[in-house]
Amino acid sequence: MRQRPNYLAGLGSLIWLALVGLPLYVLLVATLRTTSNYSTQGPLSFPSQLTLSNYLNAFSNGFGQDFLNTLIVTVSVVGIVLVVVPPLAYAIVRAQGRTITVVFRVFLLGLAIPAQAVIVPMFYVISQAGLYDHLIGVILPTAAFSLPVCTLVLTGTMRDITPELYEAMAMDGASPRRVFIQLVLPLSKSGLSSIVVFSALQAWNGFLFPLILTQSESTKVITLGLYNFQTEHGVDVPGLLSAVVLSMLPIFIVYLFARRALVQGLMGVGGK
Amino acid sequence: MSSLSLAAVSGRRLKARRAGVGVTRPGFVWAVPATVFFLLFAILPLVLVAVLSFTSWDGITSPHFNGLANWTKLIHDPVMTQSIWLTLVLTVLGVVTQTPISILLGVWAAGYQRNRAVLSAIFFVPLLLSATAVSVVWRALLDPNFGMPGQLPWLFGDGNLLGSQTGSIGVLTFVGMWQFTPLHTLLYQGGARAIPQVLYQAAAIDGAGTVRQFFHITLPQLRNTAITSMILMVVGGLTTFDTVLILTQGGPGTDTTVSAYYMYQQSFKNFDFGAGSAIALVLVVVATLISLAVVRFSGYDKMRSTAEGV
Repeated sequence: MRQRPNYLAGLGSLIWLALVGLPLYVLLVATLRTTSNYSTQGPLSFPSQLTLSNYLNAFSNGFGQDFLNTLIVTVSVVGIVLVVVPPLAYAIVRAQGRTITVVFRVFLLGLAIPAQAVIVPMFYVISQAGLYDHLIGVILPTAAFSLPVCTLVLTGTMRDITPELYEAMAMDGASPRRVFIQLVLPLSKSGLSSIVVFSALQAWNGFLFPLILTQSESTKVITLGLYNFQTEHGVDVPGLLSAVVLSMLPIFIVYLFARRALVQGLMGVGGK
Repeated sequence: MSSLSLAAVSGRRLKARRAGVGVTRPGFVWAVPATVFFLLFAILPLVLVAVLSFTSWDGITSPHFNGLANWTKLIHDPVMTQSIWLTLVLTVLGVVTQTPISILLGVWAAGYQRNRAVLSAIFFVPLLLSATAVSVVWRALLDPNFGMPGQLPWLFGDGNLLGSQTGSIGVLTFVGMWQFTPLHTLLYQGGARAIPQVLYQAAAIDGAGTVRQFFHITLPQLRNTAITSMILMVVGGLTTFDTVLILTQGGPGTDTTVSAYYMYQQSFKNFDFGAGSAIALVLVVVATLISLAVVRFSGYDKMRSTAEGV
């Protein structure tokens, strides 16, 4: 790009920084003050004394259970995605015949299906299957709905493997399974890390499926916990916001240490 | 790609074939688990939503057919008509507000100066929050009594933004922008980095300034990125739900009852799942048509390899 400083663009980005930064500042500072201090001094002031009690309260309010449930959902969703997507992508890239083309089209169409649109029949299917109010009933639809993007990303990565390599393996008389394990998987590492991050984010931040498909305290996930907290104790803003901070903490840690993988996972559909 | 890749010799494959060495390929069976799973939990519900839209179902007893009753009811329902308008308005507002900002920020962030990298890292943070968290935070911040309006009266007027339709639509648009601009900025940043530098050098030699370069090179080169970005914005806009549920509950009155929220209300609050399904079907059809149109229009489905950028 140009090497001259562009003052106008710099100014614009500073304005945006204020728009993004101010709420984040309020969010962080609010969690470190007492509820009474928040309501008397307002969110923008800097509190005279800081406290960690909001964070401790969050855990005594059952937030630990929500955290654990969310973790179970996330790990299971990533597990399902990792088991079914790589073989599918391998077949899409390497298998021949019309069937596989049709399958790929179906998954592409899946990109356009909004979860909101199928939530009523999903409720029906999950209830009929006896999975209502079980974590598994949240895990299955969440995993299914991250398949299209994950498939698209991974087929993209696998298409980049040169045909010569497959031919070399074929010369050695390798079976499709050996080709998959020794060649395709090792060369798809970047795509695999993207789909792990993408599906983990979907599961961690998912709200609609848990909202509709669960109801008990014992199956509550973090996002639902935030929503309930707001409807029940809306006045305790510092308590609520500290739960928000805790809910994004794991993602933030990943962001600090594996920014590239996270960005790629987030861009999902957007290519690389 | 990797140090393994051999020199590509185009005749190689043919020679190998002729020599009778077939390339080992996986069978369809590799795709079966994912396909069955996807059919059960994504395609089957999609088919069911169409079926359920012709039934009356309270969520407890079994659904039974009632023909076109849901549809005729919806056609004459002013809230439904209004919800479609509101959905379209919010979608258009989303595209119109987010696109220019994310193009400018994205092109700016594509530069390699150090301060840009630091700022981009901060700009990115809203994307890490779930939609639920974003809505919860903004609701607290916009609270007329305990939020920012009390401290910044010059900015918020009387402070009760969510008390009027205009204010609520403004808030929903702003929160959507706050939440999603980073994602589109990223897309445009990737797109801008993929533009060949040679074009700018040539333009500079011809004496084109920064502004002309932006309009004559950068924008046309970002066309495909813009298509991808707008598809995401439109599908996201049509299915706006979390922010409405948490920030406005469709109110004041039904002033921000968008289609997705109306569907939720009809189904899970009024237990009229037939009507809910009919609304959902409308959403699916619109979202699919728009996506298909854009995919056709941009040749997205012909993507055989992930090119740089988009």
